[in-house]
Amino acid sequence: MANAVTQSILVVGGGMSGLAAAIEAAEAGHEVYLVEKNPYLGGRVAQLHQYFPKLCPPYCGLELNFRRIKNNPKVRVLTMAEVEAITGREGDFDVTIKMNPRYVNEKCTACNKCAEATTMEIDNPFNYGMDKMKAAYLPHDMAFPMRYVLDPALVASPEAQKVKDACPYGAIDLTMEPKTLTLKVGAITWATGWKPYDAAKLDTLGFKTCQNVVTNVMMERLSAWSGPTQGKIVRPSDGKAPETIAFVQCAGSRDQNHLPFCSSICCLASMKQATYVREQYPDAKIYIFYIDIRAMDRLETFYQKVKEDPNIRFFKGKVAKIEEDPATKNLILRVEDTAAGALHQITVDMAVLATGMQPNSSEDTLPGSIPIDEYGFVATLQAQPGIYAAGCTRTPVAVSESVQDGTAAALKAIQSIARR
Amino acid sequence: MEKKLAVYICTGCGIGDALDIDQLSNLATSDLSVPICRTHANLCSQEGAQLIRDDMANEGVNSLVIAACSPRVMYDVFNFDGVIMERVNLREQVVWCQPPKEEDTQMMAEDYMRMGVTKATKMDLPEPYKPEEELSRDILVVGGGLTGLTASLEAVKAGFSVVLVEKQAELGGFQKKVAKKVTFPYKDIQDNDIDQLIQSVQQNDKIKVYTGAKVEKLVGGPCVFNLTVAQNGSTFEHRIGAVVQAAGWEPYDPAKLDAKLGYGASPNVITNVQFEEMSLAGSITRPSDQQAVKNVAFLQCAGQRDPNYLPYCSATCCFTALKQAIQIKQQNPGSNVFVFFKEMRTPGQGEDFYRKAQEEGVIFVRSQDPEVLVRGSKIEVQAFDELLGDTVLLGDLDLVVLATGMVPRTAFGEDCRAKEKKEGEPEVEVPQDAILASDILNLQYRQGPELPGLQFGFPDSHFICFPYESRRTGIYPAGPVRRPMGVANSIDDATGAVMKAIQCIELTSRGLAVHPRAGDASYPEFFMQRCTQCKRCTEECPFGAINEDEKGNPLPQPTRCRRCGVCMGACPERIISFKNYSVAMIGDTIKSINVPEEYDEKPRILVLACENDAYPALDMVGLRRMTYNAWVRVLPVRCLGSMNLVWVADTLSKGIDGVLLLGCQHGENYQCHFIKGSELANIRLSKVKETLDRLVLESDRVRFETVAITDYDKLPALLDEYAEKLNEIGPNPYKGY
Repeated sequence: MANAVTQSILVVGGGMSGLAAAIEAAEAGHEVYLVEKNPYLGGRVAQLHQYFPKLCPPYCGLELNFRRIKNNPKVRVLTMAEVEAITGREGDFDVTIKMNPRYVNEKCTACNKCAEATTMEIDNPFNYGMDKMKAAYLPHDMAFPMRYVLDPALVASPEAQKVKDACPYGAIDLTMEPKTLTLKVGAITWATGWKPYDAAKLDTLGFKTCQNVVTNVMMERLSAWSGPTQGKIVRPSDGKAPETIAFVQCAGSRDQNHLPFCSSICCLASMKQATYVREQYPDAKIYIFYIDIRAMDRLETFYQKVKEDPNIRFFKGKVAKIEEDPATKNLILRVEDTAAGALHQITVDMAVLATGMQPNSSEDTLPGSIPIDEYGFVATLQAQPGIYAAGCTRTPVAVSESVQDGTAAALKAIQSIARR
Repeated sequence: MEKKLAVYICTGCGIGDALDIDQLSNLATSDLSVPICRTHANLCSQEGAQLIRDDMANEGVNSLVIAACSPRVMYDVFNFDGVIMERVNLREQVVWCQPPKEEDTQMMAEDYMRMGVTKATKMDLPEPYKPEEELSRDILVVGGGLTGLTASLEAVKAGFSVVLVEKQAELGGFQKKVAKKVTFPYKDIQDNDIDQLIQSVQQNDKIKVYTGAKVEKLVGGPCVFNLTVAQNGSTFEHRIGAVVQAAGWEPYDPAKLDAKLGYGASPNVITNVQFEEMSLAGSITRPSDQQAVKNVAFLQCAGQRDPNYLPYCSATCCFTALKQAIQIKQQNPGSNVFVFFKEMRTPGQGEDFYRKAQEEGVIFVRSQDPEVLVRGSKIEVQAFDELLGDTVLLGDLDLVVLATGMVPRTAFGEDCRAKEKKEGEPEVEVPQDAILASDILNLQYRQGPELPGLQFGFPDSHFICFPYESRRTGIYPAGPVRRPMGVANSIDDATGAVMKAIQCIELTSRGLAVHPRAGDASYPEFFMQRCTQCKRCTEECPFGAINEDEKGNPLPQPTRCRRCGVCMGACPERIISFKNYSVAMIGDTIKSINVPEEYDEKPRILVLACENDAYPALDMVGLRRMTYNAWVRVLPVRCLGSMNLVWVADTLSKGIDGVLLLGCQHGENYQCHFIKGSELANIRLSKVKETLDRLVLESDRVRFETVAITDYDKLPALLDEYAEKLNEIGPNPYKGY
């Protein structure tokens, strides 16, 4: 029997796949460290308004998963933490973890006194910068762990001491420094997920130049009550309700110049978002411009249902260019209708780019020489002996497959430590 | 164990500013006779927690009421072994959502104190269920295809033993009939290595393989399953811990296809499955005369994505057609291969495989409605080509391949709901599960022999968040029986399902619940002397955990139980209780609410809230410092399905003016973690409404509202509106009795 320390499992990434990888292993009795870069768990799905096809809130399942963590002392959660180095081998890894300062310790009760004492405002990353928030903040309403964060700019400002003094519980520590921590673990699951493809790189689609072009991830925040508009889907230029909205599929995906692969979820995400619009604006007209609608397995029935809506028009064609009418801020879309071979000009109030999934592993420097494929995915379940990949770091998938994959990775990790 | 109760009141986070803490302490020590009540300005600090620990050590305190923040937070601080603990949510659900220093706010806090103390008084520490029988740790894998074989090997690698039962004479399932495969990295077709996998399984002495065999019956529950395998007229017995159900799929019957697809009209119109058989036998030839094929057409979505046939997409057929098309091109580069598709579905890196087929010269025709015309020995395909905007006619085809879909094995067999109702059985309006007698598991369960289906025969239960969960504890469907999937996904799925099976064994062997109350040590106990054999518990349990004897007495199988309490809510005799959750305990908690006299004009509203969703949403109302009606008293329940109607009677006879149930969405897109708990609560409530109408007690006093966890923006208005409605109705006439 190996020593108890190396019987632990490290899971990197606290999104859907990482949560599954950590919790499933812990509920089978194993010690797990769950390391997350953000100050909260939940990953990308925490920012979603609803899941397809049931149109239910992600927090329903997340709350249950957090409860599983709360009830299970075998999971140790490290937020604002990143893996810097991995050495050793299967069954006996040494992992160096960098802990970024939160400037708030475990005494925080989430009473909000620090935020009340703060005047400084920063862009709200949870809402993709669409609004501002206090520089002493809870990342979002249902954040887990429920603990505030101080922005480094606030800590460096003259206001810092006032904010610290406002905390009745001594929870603010302005002297926190980044620190490193070394863990001994027997197996590692890599589940660092994805980020939205940078829409600014799609230079013909007007993301930076036209105010009323947003991305699909922004659309989720615009639809959520906890988002920047209290859930009202409105045009960024003038706050008006859109009467026509275009969803531009494969914005970057299936494109050799951007993401040559298919991001798998965007068709369903756009159809889901079309239902958000229809619920708020019964008369709104919606276009979905697509190459193929990829509604796999029973998700097909969601497609069939959305297709029945007379106000939603599926338009097979590629949006070649989006321009802004300077007077109205309306958007003029030039669309190649691949079906009829014609070129159309369509004017809409607002456009949503279905930007694809870029694996974080394509840009991060991966420790321990974890291999990636040509697109930056850690594509194989067993990346290396003792190191396993799960979820969108392997291949673009939705929630269900992320959980499936995370659960599989949990077993592989257990096998790695059981073998010793 | 003699209880020694202590109350700890935190005055931090605004509690001390909003409430009269002395009065609250006084209530605990005087009215409620709690021997110890302490206050602390920051109870969640180390010092605060130490205060509690000291009392446990020095004063013999063993039952705690912690009146502070929500039980959803500071769970790690207020974590004491071996004691009864009740958290009174003064912060999120009183001072953060009510105006400070008001009489109504104080009254709310005092009621929560009464309720918390009552609960702690009535609660016992759960003792984990330990069956007397020996507990098995072995895993049964049903189905010896790619998924089942993978599951078996993965389980062994984690240190477990496996019993593998395969219906066919040889292992390998569908993959055994396949020449080439498509999987990561999706650059080219790959050799099928199923034989190596079969060999590894056969050579592994931790895997007991039965081929040409079936599960004749499966009795018991997790860790205490008794398995009977039938093989060649003999039977074999095994003890089993948990089950991976990988029974796989069957090709959709091509005889049922629309005649215009030409199946049966010519031997040269075949299915994608027949193509594989031919491919495995050697080369691809024209079935009618074994001549070489030059012109081949693939027709996608044959009898799929169509409510008249298979309403869903089988997810693998695009890849299969691409593979088969490439096979033909590689066999004969001069051949003409056409793929007629509605939508090409090659997600992820699979897009590379689509490009590969294009590079190989496969021609793709986007068409919604192709037709196969068989004229004697000549076959043509006529289709509207969406790219050309014109109808095309492809003549002189040697072979047409129809992409028929995957039907889960669980979708076959007689519907168990159709069985005639036995005479004398009571009418119970319980939503019935769709269980088909598909002859896979043959569970000896009162509720039917197989896994209940959710949609189209797939036997899962929460396919977004918890894809492995079925409605039968310890039985995890995996592979194409769960969802249409290809090679890569099946391997993944098999591995994950084994994870769940192992987890179930580990938890069950410690006497603990599995998902969604993983780790819960409590379980329902039945006071059988008072049972009237009404069968409600067996009918309503969403997980089929309760069998019955020939007299109709319930035979609970605790290792199958998920601890939701639906049986407790269903039982009209109130004989089902958990050590820490019972009808009497909640009833007494309700009765502990102080109900002012009618002329005080202080109505009271009991809110029974689902602790998984509605209760956190109420916390969020507080976090956002929104306010709602001060007459509300929230009581969290494990699931609304655990609501016993006597609680409604308790509430109304106490003089409380209304009962509001806040539960999860039910019906087709149910969100209830216990599948039909909220639906059952709603059904029960509609019955009580009838009774109330008969008693001329306004039925509007009871109400069910669907609340999602993120509906906290809507909750204040919902509660206020309901309070307004009760105000209109007027005071409960039972007030003061």
